[in-house]
Amino acid sequence: MRTLKRFGAESVAFVLATAIFLVPFALMLLTAVKDPKQAIDLDFAWPTSWPVVENLVAVVEARDYVLLRAYVNSTIITVASVALLVVFAAMAAFVLQRRPGKVARLADFLVLSGLIIPPAVVPTIWLLQALGLFKTLPGMILAEVAFNLSFAMLLFRAFIAAIPRELDEAAQIDGCSGLRLFFRVIFPLLRPVTITVILVSSVNIFNDFVNPLYLLPGDDNATVQVTLYNFQSQYNTQWNLLFMDIVLIMIPPLVLFVFFNRKIVAGMTAGAVKG
Amino acid sequence: MTKQETGPRTGPGPAPGHARPSVRRKSAYPYALYLPAGIVFLVIFLVPTVMAFYFALTRWTLFDSEFVGLQNFQDFLAEQNLRIGFQNTIVYAVVTSGLKVVLGLLLGVLLTSKLRLRGFLRSVVFFPTLVSTVAVGITFAMLLKPQTGLVNQALALVGVDGRDWLGDATTALLSVALVDVWKGVGLATVIYIAGIMSIPQEYYQAVAVDGGGAWHRFRHVTLPLSWPATYSVIILSFIGGLRSFDLIWTMTRGGPGFTSDTIASIIYKQYQAGFFGLSTAGNVILFLVVTAIAVPLNYYLGKRQVAA
Repeated sequence: MRTLKRFGAESVAFVLATAIFLVPFALMLLTAVKDPKQAIDLDFAWPTSWPVVENLVAVVEARDYVLLRAYVNSTIITVASVALLVVFAAMAAFVLQRRPGKVARLADFLVLSGLIIPPAVVPTIWLLQALGLFKTLPGMILAEVAFNLSFAMLLFRAFIAAIPRELDEAAQIDGCSGLRLFFRVIFPLLRPVTITVILVSSVNIFNDFVNPLYLLPGDDNATVQVTLYNFQSQYNTQWNLLFMDIVLIMIPPLVLFVFFNRKIVAGMTAGAVKG
Repeated sequence: MTKQETGPRTGPGPAPGHARPSVRRKSAYPYALYLPAGIVFLVIFLVPTVMAFYFALTRWTLFDSEFVGLQNFQDFLAEQNLRIGFQNTIVYAVVTSGLKVVLGLLLGVLLTSKLRLRGFLRSVVFFPTLVSTVAVGITFAMLLKPQTGLVNQALALVGVDGRDWLGDATTALLSVALVDVWKGVGLATVIYIAGIMSIPQEYYQAVAVDGGGAWHRFRHVTLPLSWPATYSVIILSFIGGLRSFDLIWTMTRGGPGFTSDTIASIIYKQYQAGFFGLSTAGNVILFLVVTAIAVPLNYYLGKRQVAA
């Protein structure tokens, strides 16, 4: 009787969670493979025809292959900024955690302000323009690094706190300090949290819509999120293509998720909860 | 965060001055390691933030600026939709972070229990956090359409008359907030899962010895001891809610009228219209609002965290 009740409760949980969290994805997928006429209905009817390849080709070819350019741009931005972010944040978090004092207090304050303060977007445009970096990928990359530093440092710092200082001292006796101590001894130990930072920030940066909207306007510099506006206009929306586009740009985060599911959760919580 | 400040000093680390106090050796932790992060942060983040305070006082075209004093603030504050935008920003942040705390905690408790489908459910709940906000916004705008949308069709099945969720001034903002919760509750849940899992089992055993039931366990162990998780969830989602722009922009563009405008969407509209000084003034106001709320909140929650 008891197991039966439990089974019932679990089924309810399963059905509810599926309905609430997966139904929207089912709609995206179904609409993406329908023909334009059927796609307008936006319902769960089974597709009468399966123009999967046609839709795919149409999305890729739209606006002179903007999606492909966007994919390249988004990939460059994501990979480059995450690489810089990991190294910069880990280095800074290491000194911050290990060397208390006035400088650490200032750094602490800056990390906190980076978390709290909304970036001043228009002055950022002005600054990037002065540096010749407005509407360029390097400018966008540096901006993503700056905007994501605080969170990455928080995660790294919590993790570094758990690494015993004796290790540093042993390395110092062997003549290792500063940069070498960090890259030879500490950085390799940070692997679990590094994976988390890579996953969280690459999903964040790849999915970023607001910053490219301000800092990287123009078709040449389109990022994948911005392409979602290609198939929507005030009068006419090509639903099947729009949702095919959504599905296509969901793939990279999805792949990361499938492969690193457990690690995302494990590493993220290690840092976030200690806050 | 306030807690960390006292951490290193009370900790059993080496005495200040390191190794041999007589020889002033170079520290093993050179400040140079701060440099790359520091430079990027200073140049790309701090300089614009500080300059914003100046440009907010000017009529500005990016190339020249003419000092106009507090005119922009007057204009921005005189804008009739600002009052709504201000209110909306607060309501949005409170509703989203409140629901994320409550639902995240419940889901966290559920998904750390001995459920067989635990792994699957965890993935399902976390999944939406990986999808871009814009894609989520577009999809839900479809689901919430008055006649054709699935939400209303489902409601009709149980005999409830749905409405035009996003087109109706009274429900637009709340509908967007609920979608935000749908997307973000996975992260809150994960944070709670970790918080709950780090509670030592002895506490639960103690409750069992005293003959306490499930409610007792939740009320007297899980709830108070997952406080650090609550703190993280509140801070993260509250600040996120105050700044939130992309979901609102994709789903309603601040409409109908200005009824779902937030400070961030007003800033974008002014920017689009070419009023850079005005837009920056909006940013300064957002900055002040966020700071005025986040700093005391962080302080208060941090204090409770130490006490708990």
